[in-house]
Amino acid sequence: MNILVCVKQVPNSTEIKIDPETNSLIRDGVPSIVNTFDGFALEMAARIKDKREAKIVVMSMGPEQAKAALKECLAVGADKAYLVSDRAFGGSDTLATSYILSKAVRTVEAEEGVFDLIFCGKQAIDGDTAQVGPELAEHLDYPQITCITDITLEEGKIRAERQTENGKEIWEASMPAVVTVTKPDFEPRCSSVKSKIAARHAAIPVLTIDEIKAEVERIGLKGSPTKVKKTFVPPRKNGGVVVQEETERESAIKLAALLSDAGIALGGAKK
Amino acid sequence: MKGCKNIWVWIETADGAAKNAGLELLTPGRRMADSAGESLVAVIIGNQAEKAAKSAIAYGADRVILVQDDRFAEYNTEPFTDAMCQLIKKYKPNAVLFGASGAGRDFAPRVACRVATGLTADCTGLDVDAETGIVRWTRPAFGGNLMAVIECPDARPQMGTVRPGVFKKRTPDENRTAEIIRETVKTPPEGRSKLIHRISDAAENMVNLEEAEIVVSGGRGLGKPENFALVRALADALGGAVGSSRAAVDAGWISHTHQVGQTGKTVGPKLYVACGISGAIQHLAGMSGSDTIVAVNKDQDAPIFGLADYGIVGNLLEVLPALTEEIKRLKTASDSELK
Repeated sequence: MNILVCVKQVPNSTEIKIDPETNSLIRDGVPSIVNTFDGFALEMAARIKDKREAKIVVMSMGPEQAKAALKECLAVGADKAYLVSDRAFGGSDTLATSYILSKAVRTVEAEEGVFDLIFCGKQAIDGDTAQVGPELAEHLDYPQITCITDITLEEGKIRAERQTENGKEIWEASMPAVVTVTKPDFEPRCSSVKSKIAARHAAIPVLTIDEIKAEVERIGLKGSPTKVKKTFVPPRKNGGVVVQEETERESAIKLAALLSDAGIALGGAKK
Repeated sequence: MKGCKNIWVWIETADGAAKNAGLELLTPGRRMADSAGESLVAVIIGNQAEKAAKSAIAYGADRVILVQDDRFAEYNTEPFTDAMCQLIKKYKPNAVLFGASGAGRDFAPRVACRVATGLTADCTGLDVDAETGIVRWTRPAFGGNLMAVIECPDARPQMGTVRPGVFKKRTPDENRTAEIIRETVKTPPEGRSKLIHRISDAAENMVNLEEAEIVVSGGRGLGKPENFALVRALADALGGAVGSSRAAVDAGWISHTHQVGQTGKTVGPKLYVACGISGAIQHLAGMSGSDTIVAVNKDQDAPIFGLADYGIVGNLLEVLPALTEEIKRLKTASDSELK
C-alpha cells in the first residue's frame, strides 16, 4: 500500500492578532504549524499503516521553512518527505497550486511507485478554500471523497465515512483515489524523542520547476486566474448592549424584550 | 470576455426538491444579472426535479436549464462534473454560483479545474461591475480575521461558492413563468465513486444547523453535560437549532455534528445565542457572520462579548431558564394578539 499525504505549513491561527494601530494582521513571530486537517489526514494514513504493510510519503509545497512541517510528519509516521519549492511557484492560486502538486505527484511516483491513495486535509486553516484536494483529483483524473472522518480498505477500493450537513454518508471509490479529511473522532498521535531525532536528520529532497516539468504559464501569478484585489480587516462592532439588571432573571426578561423589539427571536410570530 | 453571458446558479436538489443553498443565491444572482444586463439562469442536474425548476422560477430565475436522469438522483462528483462542464461549454456563462454546502464544495472545484477557471471559496459578498461584467467576490480568510476581495478578470466562467445563510431567499412568486430548457448530456455510465448509504444524526434530522435561522450554542461554561438541556430548551422555545463549541464536543457533552467553528460548521443565522462560550477565535470563525449575536457568560472579559450585540454577564443556570420562559410567554402573547 503506497500512500501520499499532502500537507501545508500554516501560521497558527490562535496566535494571530490584529494590530489596533494599523488594523492589519500581525504575522511576525507567529509560530508555524502543520495545518490541522493535514495532521488529521496523516493520522488516518498512519492508522492504515498500523494495520498493514504500507509506506507513507508526505509532500508539501512551500518555502524552505516548510521542511520543519515535513519533519514533524516524519516524526509521527511518515517514511519519506518531499518539498516542492521554487520561487516561480509564488503567488499561485488553487488552480495553479493543484497543477503544481499534480506534476509533483507524478515526479515523486517515478521514485516511490504509484500512490494507491492520496490524502489531503479538508482545507487549510489560513486560506480555508477546500479546493486543492478536489482540483488535485481532477488534474490526476482520480475519483475523490471529500470531508471524510474515517476510512477502511477493501479489495482495490476504499470505503469512507463522509461528514455532511445532516449526518454521515458512506461512500466507496476505486483506487487510486484522492480523499480529503475533516476532524475525525481520534486525535493525532504524538512523536517520541527517538522519532523526533531521526526526523531531524532526515534528508528531504526539494523538487523545483525543472524537476516536476511544470509549464511556466500554468504556475505562479501568471497561471492563476484569480487575483486578490484587496484585503481588509472586517469592521468591528461598536460595542454591544450589556444587559445588567438587578437579578439574572430580570436581565433575561429585559433581553427577551430587546430581541422582541428588534423584531427577532419570536420565530416569525411577530411582524 | 466576449460571448460569455449570464449569471448561473447551481440549484442543489434533494429528492427532486430545491435546497436552500441554491435558492438563496438567486437573490444576489438576480441583482447581479440586473446590474450587468444579463439573464439569471438556474441550472438543475437531478432526477424528477420538475418541482425544483418551479421553485427556481418562483425565486427569480429567468430561465432554467434542467438535466434529468436516473444517474443524477443523488449528487456524485464525476457524473455531475461531466454534466456541468458540458453545459458550460455549450452555453458559455459569465459566472456560476454554487452554495458552499458539502456537495457544493466537492463539486465546484472539480468543475473549475476542468474548465481551467478561477474559483473563489466561501464568499460572503458578491458584486458585479456593470461595464465589464467582472464579479467582485468578497471572502473571509484567516478564520474571518481578514477579508479579501477576489476577481477573476480573464478566465470564464467566473466561479465562486457562497457561504450558506449569507443571502436570504426572496419571497417566492408562484405566478412567475420562465422558460425551462431540457438538456441531455453524455456521461460515463458509472462514476468511480458511489454513495452506499446515509446515516442521519437523529437530532440533526430535525433541523439543519447551517440553514437554521436561529442557533443556540452551549460551551464549557455550562459546567456539566446535563446543563445542555437548558440550551436545548431555549433553542426549542425559539424554534432554533442547537450548536456547541469545540470544548463541549471534546468534553463529550454533545456530538461533533453540532460543533460550530473552524473544525466544525459555519453558520450564519439571524440570531446566534452563545451560552457559556468564551469565544476562541476558532469558534468566532464559524459564527461571526450571524446577523445578531447574543452572549451569556459569567466572565465579563470573555472575548465573545467583543462580538456580541447583546450580552448578559451572569449565571447561565439562572439566565437561561428565565429567558426561555419569557420567550415562551411573549410568543403566546403575540400569538393570541393575532387571533
